[in-house]
Amino acid sequence: MAFRNLLGAVTSRPALMKLTNSGGVAFRAFGTSVSRRSTSSSSSSEAENMYNRDSAETLFRPESTMTVPPGWATPMSISPDKWPGPQNTSSLEVKTQLKPYTINFGPQHPAAHGVLRLILELSGEAIVHADPHIGLLHRGTEKLMEYRTYLQALPYMDRLDYCSMMTNEEVYSMAVEKLLNIDVPLRAKYIRVLFAEITRVLNHCMAIGTHVMDVGGLTPFLYLFEERERLMEFYERVCGARMHSAYVRPGGVAQDIPRGLLQDIYDWAVQYPDRLDEVEEMVTSNRIWLARTVDVGTISSQEALDWGITGPMLRSTGIRYDIRKSAPYEVYDRMEFDVPIGTKGDVFDRYLIRMEEMRQSVRIIKQCLDQMPEGPHKVDDWKVAPPPRDAMKQNMEALIHHFKLFSEGYNVPAGETYTAIEAPKGEMGIFMVADGSTRPYKCHIRAPGYYHLGAINAFMKNALLADVVAVIGTMDLVFGEVDR
Amino acid sequence: MLPRVVIARAAGSLARATPVTMLTQQHTGALLLARTLASHAPTNLQEQRTLENKGFKIPYQTWEERDATQSVWDFSAKTFFMTELARGFFTVFMQYLREPYTLHYPNEKGPLSPRFRGEHALRRYPSGEERCIACKLCEAICPAQAITIEAEPREDDSRRTVRYDIDMTKCIYCGLCQEACPVDAIVEGPNFEYSTETREELLYNKEKLLANGDRWESEIAQNLRSEQMYR
Repeated sequence: MAFRNLLGAVTSRPALMKLTNSGGVAFRAFGTSVSRRSTSSSSSSEAENMYNRDSAETLFRPESTMTVPPGWATPMSISPDKWPGPQNTSSLEVKTQLKPYTINFGPQHPAAHGVLRLILELSGEAIVHADPHIGLLHRGTEKLMEYRTYLQALPYMDRLDYCSMMTNEEVYSMAVEKLLNIDVPLRAKYIRVLFAEITRVLNHCMAIGTHVMDVGGLTPFLYLFEERERLMEFYERVCGARMHSAYVRPGGVAQDIPRGLLQDIYDWAVQYPDRLDEVEEMVTSNRIWLARTVDVGTISSQEALDWGITGPMLRSTGIRYDIRKSAPYEVYDRMEFDVPIGTKGDVFDRYLIRMEEMRQSVRIIKQCLDQMPEGPHKVDDWKVAPPPRDAMKQNMEALIHHFKLFSEGYNVPAGETYTAIEAPKGEMGIFMVADGSTRPYKCHIRAPGYYHLGAINAFMKNALLADVVAVIGTMDLVFGEVDR
Repeated sequence: MLPRVVIARAAGSLARATPVTMLTQQHTGALLLARTLASHAPTNLQEQRTLENKGFKIPYQTWEERDATQSVWDFSAKTFFMTELARGFFTVFMQYLREPYTLHYPNEKGPLSPRFRGEHALRRYPSGEERCIACKLCEAICPAQAITIEAEPREDDSRRTVRYDIDMTKCIYCGLCQEACPVDAIVEGPNFEYSTETREELLYNKEKLLANGDRWESEIAQNLRSEQMYR
């Protein structure tokens, strides 16, 4: 029995030695990329510093003095041709050297929110480095838009961040309007703000629901998706599609709000804070949730600024930046609302901020409903917005405009703009260059999720493997906008 | 059984007792009350925060401050009796008493708005003559280039299509074709249950689209009538 043990243990040696030998190279090359992590070890070499923190564990002693007791068979004496030389050490004496273990997180992982692929370097359970690999959902939206008229390019915007559709359309429409140098009617602005805030609730329902579900609580997900269902019904009533609305157009909105919708939105807004209270009752002070989120995924405000992080992710670090307040667009300057600011910049702060933002969105929605003005819902300029159908059927000029708009589109004067709004996930910007033709010369989309994901390694300070899921959840990643 | 509103109120008032909801605007009164009753006066730091953050709102207490104000007895009672978990379970139990949200789909269906953009259909005039005049506006506007039209003058010299194909696998259901159509010929009807087993079945031709129009004409006409004020 003892012999078998000894043999089994010793025959595993060559593999072990090979591992450590080859590991040395990879490990040195790797040490440079993670050297920003501060370690308390006082070893001379910076590269060894990383993995030799626990010196007892990583001590490798091939020259160990333990000998085989007299009378026992050794592998050498049994099969000398297969064994390279005298082995006088026991595997009990040889301490293994730990080196980073690389695993693939995704793209099929259920918590990967779509097609995220993370290459995680693990030291034990601790994350040494997280490297996001993107592009699995790349569709070339920006290039495709260069071959579409301004109206045709609009449905592409829905498919960027498919959890907050109308804000994408809003920023695109605002960019085109800025290039066209037109102002949209007040009612259109109110409708846009109303649906932008509905979209914010829609997005945060998704973000928090799936985040809590990733961390282990299924119930709030179901509650919040019920609310999402109602909001998608509003979407469907106003534009005909539950998600890909194609509703906010350059020059206003596609159609006026149907009768009775505002009342239903009000009924929903009245009861919605109670639903939020239920979710908070279950999640906010739950000790499991606190253990998974408090002080997890922290980031400093300076780091967040350096990485270009915006939205709730930035505000969780205590920076007062919200484009609705900092550079008000549409009618946000008329709205009374507060923007929650975090103090610690951890996952829990961001959860609280999103919850509070939903309550503030309900406030804005109610104000929009109260103040909703009468008037046209799109500009009365047939060069940009199609004429109403009865005019088109009776008026020759309107019919000509209709045909011109839907076949050729409208010319946008040459110029360039960067237009940004506060999308639910952060600063959603469009950099658009127009060359005077009916198609954008260049349309770059600044999607917030792209910058958040790029900074994922900065969120992984002192993170364990289980924290990766919490950090991905708090980033609120949607791969439609990351990959574009 | 308790009416739904009462239960919801009860759940809401329960939740209001949690510290986090004190961040909300709706509970400013409770917040002020708590501040006056609280043994610790608000520090200058807190006052300063509220002053310099116009429109931005920092929590009334940071979590360290909150922990500092919590007595050992409060903390121990919460920890050992698992009060927050019990309250969570109670909320779930209250949900159990409510009527379920679930629709039993094939038998029950949710409402659809008149604007719903579903499966395409080509309509006819009441005389039976097809509406489409082959102006090709839908083909021009389609962002996904899913529509293909070929037209020739007919024997009676009227302009009609000889071929009208929609690749439903390309279509993104943006509704621009029905907006572009000057004669309301191509519409996206209320039908969303047209899944097929093969891809080829989703390459619609003119016969299929006209058949759809004949089948859904009453619904489509009603939807268009109810929407005429908005179009």
